[in-house]
Amino acid sequence: MALRSVVSRKTLAPALRHYRSLTTFTLPDLPYDYGALEPAISGEIMRLHHQKHHQTYVTNYNKALEQLDAAVSKGDAKGVVQLQSALKFNGGGHVNHSIFWQNLKPVSEGGGEPPHGALGWAIDKDFGSLEALVKKINSEGAALQGSGWVWLALDKEQKILKVETTPNQDPLVTKGVSLVPLLGVDVWEHAYYLQYKNVRPDYLANIWNVINWKYASEVYEKESA
Amino acid sequence: MSKRTVEIHWGKHHNEHVERLNKHLKTSAFYGHTLEEMVKATYNNGSPLVEFNDSSSVWSHDFFWESMQPNGGSMPKGGVLDQIKKDFGTFTNFKDEFTFAALSIFGPGWVWLYLKKNERKLAVAPTQNAISPLVWGDIPIIGLDMWEHAYYLDYKDDRSAYVNNFLDHLVSWHSVMVRMMRAEAFVNLGEPKIPVA
Repeated sequence: MALRSVVSRKTLAPALRHYRSLTTFTLPDLPYDYGALEPAISGEIMRLHHQKHHQTYVTNYNKALEQLDAAVSKGDAKGVVQLQSALKFNGGGHVNHSIFWQNLKPVSEGGGEPPHGALGWAIDKDFGSLEALVKKINSEGAALQGSGWVWLALDKEQKILKVETTPNQDPLVTKGVSLVPLLGVDVWEHAYYLQYKNVRPDYLANIWNVINWKYASEVYEKESA
Repeated sequence: MSKRTVEIHWGKHHNEHVERLNKHLKTSAFYGHTLEEMVKATYNNGSPLVEFNDSSSVWSHDFFWESMQPNGGSMPKGGVLDQIKKDFGTFTNFKDEFTFAALSIFGPGWVWLYLKKNERKLAVAPTQNAISPLVWGDIPIIGLDMWEHAYYLDYKDDRSAYVNNFLDHLVSWHSVMVRMMRAEAFVNLGEPKIPVA
């Protein structure tokens, strides 16, 4: 099942004077089966997370985009500003989860294999060791109150790796325009509750078995070129 | 609401907040405040201090458990129903507004029926994270936890089923009545009947 990120074109009713088209989004397929990440993450969670939660973000993001388009066309400044939180929440949800599915891989396909090459060296340079990085991400993820994400980021400007957290569905870029997400771990309760209940640290400890370091390395090498 | 959910929600989540709050209290300047006072003080007008999250969560969860009863739901009677009709039009309108507000929250939060002190009327509002109407100086009457841990085991992502079940089978109108009675000591809900000479 190849990963497909499909962008579909949807045309709004043409206004009298000019023709506009709005790009909307669809739910990307997972590059693996729902049960392929077990026992780290249950198939039930993967199915709900993808088919319900991510799909809802996509649907509501499209709705917000249509409303935004209408408000922009009408010159409704108040309306445009009012839509910002819906755009950030739902758009962020779509962006973040699209990255997340890439960050995971079944063990049989290399999930959990530690990073080599440039990213491996960068991790040692900036954190001391892979173990130290994992420990930091786990502790920040566990300490996050409410919902949000914990990220391994590349700061393109400072050319350094960082661990950041964002609340709710705020994308990483809200913490700094030069930050590129290499890995994101969803610590919303829906990401682990059915399996791990309130014990978020167990979820964080186990997810490393299915983390796709290859993807993170590819992004790192591309963005630090 | 399943036994499992209550066991984990109360025994783990709520308890964790209590333990963390007690840890803060060992060194906090707010030691000795009542819980309600502490919530209002540590909210600090929108720049919450470190004790706010846990104190408000403890207060809100206490309030939440007491907002429910076995075989709850159905309809309120008497003065409570009259006030709801006065401020929402119909009881169904109130339920619709409550549900709409609950589903409108982005991320973790709560939904409240509360009494607005200045306007002297009931209203529904959602809040983020651990915030409650206490921080606005208003009087909470019903609180429903909309964090995922409150419903995920029982309802997965189906939040509207959770809210409907709460309204139809769990909400304690008895608690509401008691809270309204207490609130009337602080807020004058009626007009006095002054006889014409």
